[in-house]
Amino acid sequence: MAEARKDSPIDLAEDNRGELLADVERGLYDFKDEERDEDFYKVDEGLTEDIVRRISEEKHDPDWMLDFRLKSLKIYNELEIPDWGPPIDGLDMQHIVTYVKPKTGMKASWDEVPEDIKNAFEKLGIPQAEREALAGVGAQYDSELVYHNVRKDVEAQGVVYTDMESALTGEYEEMVRSHFMKLVPPTDHKFAALHGAVWSGGSFVYAPPGTKVEIPLQSYFRLNAPGAGQFEHTLIIIDEGADVHFIEGCSAPKYNVANLHAGCVELFVGKNAHLRYSTIENWSKNMYNLNTKRAICEEGGTIEWISGSFGSHVSYLYPTSVLKGDHSHGEFTGVTFAGKGQNLDTGAKMIHIGKNTSSFIDTKSICKSGGISTYRSSVEIRKQAEGSKASINCGSLMLDSESRSDTVPAMDIRTDKADVGHEAKIGRISDEAVFYMMSRGVSEAEARAMIVSGFANPVSKELPLEYAAEMNNLIKLEMEMG
Amino acid sequence: MADNILKIQGLHAGIEGEEILHGLDLEIAAGETHVLMGPNGAGKSTLGNVIMGSPVYNVSAGSVIFDGEDITKDSVDVRAKKGLFLSFQNPLEVPGLSMEAFLRNAIRERTGKPVKVFAFKKKIEETCRLLDMDPSYVERDLNVGFSGGEKKKAEIFQLLILEPKLAILDETDSGLDVDAVRTVSKGVDIFKQNGGSLLIITHSTRILDALKVDKTHVLVNGKIVKHGDSSLVDEINTGGFAKYTEG
Repeated sequence: MAEARKDSPIDLAEDNRGELLADVERGLYDFKDEERDEDFYKVDEGLTEDIVRRISEEKHDPDWMLDFRLKSLKIYNELEIPDWGPPIDGLDMQHIVTYVKPKTGMKASWDEVPEDIKNAFEKLGIPQAEREALAGVGAQYDSELVYHNVRKDVEAQGVVYTDMESALTGEYEEMVRSHFMKLVPPTDHKFAALHGAVWSGGSFVYAPPGTKVEIPLQSYFRLNAPGAGQFEHTLIIIDEGADVHFIEGCSAPKYNVANLHAGCVELFVGKNAHLRYSTIENWSKNMYNLNTKRAICEEGGTIEWISGSFGSHVSYLYPTSVLKGDHSHGEFTGVTFAGKGQNLDTGAKMIHIGKNTSSFIDTKSICKSGGISTYRSSVEIRKQAEGSKASINCGSLMLDSESRSDTVPAMDIRTDKADVGHEAKIGRISDEAVFYMMSRGVSEAEARAMIVSGFANPVSKELPLEYAAEMNNLIKLEMEMG
Repeated sequence: MADNILKIQGLHAGIEGEEILHGLDLEIAAGETHVLMGPNGAGKSTLGNVIMGSPVYNVSAGSVIFDGEDITKDSVDVRAKKGLFLSFQNPLEVPGLSMEAFLRNAIRERTGKPVKVFAFKKKIEETCRLLDMDPSYVERDLNVGFSGGEKKKAEIFQLLILEPKLAILDETDSGLDVDAVRTVSKGVDIFKQNGGSLLIITHSTRILDALKVDKTHVLVNGKIVKHGDSSLVDEINTGGFAKYTEG
């Protein structure tokens, strides 16, 4: 982000305190509140073993997966819901089963899709047939061909790209078994446990040593599969020296009848391997997006997260990079746009374990029409991680005075031999810049949209062209909405 | 086209609680080049901003007629679409937005039609050549990290791309090195050759040397105290504004 200067389109207030807010960090994933309140949540009314067994049966799980689900269920029932982030009271935890019942809502028709989602599709110019498929309500849409073409191309290089269900019972079962929820254990937090119990759908990728996948792998089509996209599990294993770019989701709004999304992403980056994981999420505005994403890097490995968070009512999203190997590197570039009725709590977490590891966080958050955008991050440099470097740069842009932007950066540095930099800026669009742009013939709305798109440009420029274009469209749509 | 590209009548304007322009009249015939001079604080930049429609200023009385139409109540972008252009004294920076993308959007909004990519590219290239500017200019973020001279050159570049009817140049020549003055003069000259009208707000005369000035106006304390021809520029260069500010 540019320096705060007088002639910038964004009036910036600097906040370079760089305080150590270790206390906040503790709350990030620690949900183990020992205090039990009997009235708070009754297991009987919620998710039962019976339901989990049924899900497992319908999915033809191997036995170990059924065991895993049941263990997760037990953990789920023991954990409390988080109380440190945006309120999730609207989520009916008493009837959590209504969210996880297989095929819930898949009978819904296009008519039931909310107007704003329909309009968004309309404006994005996505054809009707595809729209219905994206909304998860059109079973007739045939994406198979596209999917198979992508797969063939990738297979030729020895890379495995398949759905989780196939991976679970095929020749990669052992690999799945030894990695599945090892990085994000069900004990991590209540919704990770829920995920472990009822997960369904998602992608499995294995890139053998030295493979380089030129085109990005996209999970776009797979998420249309019935039952997927809500508790989907993504497991990606990049072997030594391999290089992959994976794109999750789609920039077009996804619509699910159920309004809870608790997906899980686990990324294993091998020695000197490179993985870029890009996401543009635009859930419908009633969604509770409680997603957990984590990567672990071996020696010399690199993980790059590119993340765009647009939709949802409430989001908790903090992709984590565990820099385990020496000289491993983690990067997070993200933009979050919180509009009316949205409370988006997003950020990143970097854990430096290996020596000479480095991390870089660059986030932009935008809020408008009363939206709340909170940037929450945690950088942890362990004692043995000597010679490590971490840099955090977070910028917020508030588009009006009713919106709110908070920055909660936590740092826990256990060695003197580390270099940590933090910079936070909060700004508003300057009227002078809008006047300047309007004097060239652009409308006020367009001028503002251009300033906001420019602000988000560090993210969009990292995306493939069509995604970047759609992200800019999304920004424009959000700007137009009241 | 109206005989007058700009006609200002009895204009009173200012910021809240403070009137800066106290009943100002000004006429510019189509195709003419006018110079507005005046001491610091006379209201020169205010006038430029008020003509463009800056929301910072209130117009309490009078009118601005542009090309035969009363634009006093028009929004800034509507005025721009009608063919008005203001070159800023301090052009603003927009990170993440290239000048090329900005101009493409501006043209699309001005014409209401998608921009023809090839023709647009060609025009960009030609204009770069005419102004002897490095084409990489247009790919850089709008004014971000530009030197003072580069910013002024970029303003003139935009002027030639957008082809307005009347350009108000607010201190476009101040603080420029010789090279930038040459580029700006050249650009202004091309604009004039193509039939553009000009209101040049300045306290220096460097870019005026090469231009044929039709009329000169002296603004003091929010009022035009003297209208004259190009010889008035020389007179002020020699005698300053003292004659007009005293008494």
